[in-house]
Amino acid sequence: MSMADQRSTSALLYLSGVTVSFDGFEALSNLSLLVEPGEMRAIIGPNGAGKTTMMDVVTGKTRPDEGEVVFDGKADLTKLDEADIATLGIGRKFQKPTVFENHTVRDNLLLALAGLRSWYKLLLASPTKLENDRLNEILSIVRMEAQQNMLAARLSHGQKQWLEIGMLLAQDPKLLLVDEPVAGMTDVETETTAQVLREINKTHSVVVVEHDMSFVRALGVKVTVLHEGSMLAEGTFDQVSADPRVVEVYLGR
Amino acid sequence: MITRFLWQGLSRNLRLFVLLVLLVGVALPVLNQLVPPSQPLHVPAWMLQLIGKYLCYALLALAVDLVWGFCGILSLGHGAFFALGGYCMGMYLLRQIGSRGVYGNPILPDFMVFLNYKELPWFWHGFDQFWFAAIMIVVVPSLLALALGWFAFRSRVTGVYLSIITQAMTFALMLAFFRNDMGLGGNNGMTDFKDILGFSVQADSTRAALCFASALALALGLVISAAVVGSRFGKALTAVRDAESRMRFLGYRVEGYKLFVFVLSAAMAGVAGAIYVPQVGIINPSEFSPANSIEAVIWVAVGGRGTLIGPVIGAFLVNWGKTYLTGALPEVWLFALGTLFVAVTLFLPKGVVGLWSQVRSRGVTRKARVPA
Repeated sequence: MSMADQRSTSALLYLSGVTVSFDGFEALSNLSLLVEPGEMRAIIGPNGAGKTTMMDVVTGKTRPDEGEVVFDGKADLTKLDEADIATLGIGRKFQKPTVFENHTVRDNLLLALAGLRSWYKLLLASPTKLENDRLNEILSIVRMEAQQNMLAARLSHGQKQWLEIGMLLAQDPKLLLVDEPVAGMTDVETETTAQVLREINKTHSVVVVEHDMSFVRALGVKVTVLHEGSMLAEGTFDQVSADPRVVEVYLGR
Repeated sequence: MITRFLWQGLSRNLRLFVLLVLLVGVALPVLNQLVPPSQPLHVPAWMLQLIGKYLCYALLALAVDLVWGFCGILSLGHGAFFALGGYCMGMYLLRQIGSRGVYGNPILPDFMVFLNYKELPWFWHGFDQFWFAAIMIVVVPSLLALALGWFAFRSRVTGVYLSIITQAMTFALMLAFFRNDMGLGGNNGMTDFKDILGFSVQADSTRAALCFASALALALGLVISAAVVGSRFGKALTAVRDAESRMRFLGYRVEGYKLFVFVLSAAMAGVAGAIYVPQVGIINPSEFSPANSIEAVIWVAVGGRGTLIGPVIGAFLVNWGKTYLTGALPEVWLFALGTLFVAVTLFLPKGVVGLWSQVRSRGVTRKARVPA
């Protein structure tokens, strides 16, 4: 416990001994993980390694059976729900772009914009000057000024990805969890995405879950390898890819 | 602030539509009262009553659409809120009879004398006053919606499970209201009303006023709904409908949004039921029948879910069809209703109003193609 207290003062995200089981199957077993403030971390692992379950635990969708999950040295995430955790500053990007299709691009960003969340305040609120300025700024960053009044349903797949990145910027989380950002992307798009993530990482901490190895190599950050619900290896990309246990897990015998 | 709030949601089309509703609500009573029956423009009293009824149904449909079309909560029990509002009005109307009842008891309504009640049950107190009844018409359905919604939304009951719960609620209420010991008239319900606010409910002038009141209530319901839907709350509400978990991960406490519209919608349904009862002259437990709630859902589907004008149009179209068919070919009505629902689901997913915009957008693309 004293270990936990010591570490939680510096780590942005602290997982210790986290275990989650579904009907006897252990999706996470005794997983421990530390993410420092400002860090970008890549988490890799074969299918079923527990990557998505870990994200679910951190965002409050799944409650762990055992273990500690502490955010920013003070918040016990195992006791909070999705809305609380999001308000604390943890954002999540899903593998499939999920934008609000029946809303305009601008309204999508407005919904994501950090700030008002309670229903009774929103009944009478109209966007303030400050909010409008921020929306314009984000629209120009993601280069969607021309589409701002278009329904999100009419955007192309790539544009939806951009809109979702804009929404994450609007939400302005301290920690951003990104689930398989390059699934189904071309090489050029993958490279652009890596650049965007590095850009975002200048002002936000980021955890990227991915199993595209070339993308993880391109990111050039510390890598954590998950296997059967716990940590198998951790280090630079070159270190972990030279680890015989990692090779075995990925290539089989 | 409140006027701005109410005004902001109104698009131009909707303003015209609200005006049209009010125009109908004024014109029909005026044509009934001021034009002598010999003139062709005279509107007979039965017509006032019929349109008044339709207007109440339209308000119920709007209430259903507010939760279903804009928040994705398919309530199959909205008839219960309608009936509760109706019962509150019925209790007021019964207490206005006074000693003119069959048994001449100045305090107890006839059915209580018949069932050997010695004194008025506690929950009947206050219903001799219109203001009290008017408050209860809004409060009783709202409280039921608040209690049901509180538990259901907090436990994250959604989709078909929620629909089943609402359906079970109205069915349970129907069974409860059928019992004589509920003290609400048992299976006969309440009828033989005499006065409302001192005016005879049978008089043409009262019918004219009730028809106007129905139109006014619907117009008000439209304006309030438009304000809610057009606000930032409304944007969040439709986002909850489309991607609930995404909204949670953005930090929205989804339950509050659902609960607010559910309660607002129940209150609107209650008002609709209350204005309906003096016009039809009776309220009984069959108003709680699950079939009634399902019919209201069909009105919304036919008119166009997720629009504000759609449910009003749907309620008028389907009920006009019902009035016509149950008169001309009574055995066909239920088959027609079923066929209609299937046809609308298959071919008009956005209802009659959606058809209008489908035709229009097709027209636009055709025009756009011409130069190319």
